Amino acid sequence: MRLLAALAAGALFGLGLIVSDMVNPARVLGFLDIAGDWDPTLAFVLAGALAPMAVVWRIAAGRAAPVCGGSFPGRPSTRLDGRLIGGAALFGVGWGLVGFCPGPALVALGSGSLEALTFSVAMLIGMLVYEFAAPAEKAA
Amino acid sequence: MNPDWIYGLIGGLLIGTASAVLLLGNGRIAGISGILGGVLTGRNLPEGAAFLAGLIGLPALYALTLGAPAIAVTGWLPLLLAGGLLVGFGTRLGSGCTSGHGVCGMSRLSPRSLVATGTFMAVAAVTVFLTRHVLGGF
Repeated sequence: MRLLAALAAGALFGLGLIVSDMVNPARVLGFLDIAGDWDPTLAFVLAGALAPMAVVWRIAAGRAAPVCGGSFPGRPSTRLDGRLIGGAALFGVGWGLVGFCPGPALVALGSGSLEALTFSVAMLIGMLVYEFAAPAEKAA
Repeated sequence: MNPDWIYGLIGGLLIGTASAVLLLGNGRIAGISGILGGVLTGRNLPEGAAFLAGLIGLPALYALTLGAPAIAVTGWLPLLLAGGLLVGFGTRLGSGCTSGHGVCGMSRLSPRSLVATGTFMAVAAVTVFLTRHVLGGF
């Protein structure tokens, strides 16, 4: 049941990235290029995704446990440190250089893009480098 | 005025619904970089792999039946490699990406996610400005 929920969530997530065209780096870079011919689509995607989740966090707060068992995530941490900001900044540079973030890269990989395959392999290597180089204190 | 924003909104609702299914169903955060990291290290193997199977499998089915979505992306190998390495390392160091911090964290007003999302959005916008308008595009 948990596996089925995870599979369905992944498929729905992928469909959303295709329908919204966020799988397309040109679209994402069009949003990030505020000095160019600005494309607001990403803002609508974010708004559409935030709306149901804002409601669902409230529903989760009123439930003892998830439907398929286990437990809900704890309260969000408030610790703002160099790892968080430095990591987000490095991610921002990579995102701005190519226009892929992890989800769209995997979706484009699934739909057969060789560029996405190249990017995804490098992304996985980057993650493995982190696992080996920064072992201390891995917050979720 | 083209209807792109409508597709954006519908796609966003699908992404939000997917994140809701994972949270209410399994109690997990639909953060792609976190799930990838969990599968890579074996900490979240069966469930994370099932999520990734859907995330990659549905687009594969979509491409085989309806045709691959048209995308425009750089073909320059050094840029793809540098971008991938930075995205992979940065999202793990910063504990999240556009989905984990941007959607799941911001929707519960997590201070860390608000700061992370503001940071990667701003840095990405500056990066695009520098590459397109100062260096003249790659």
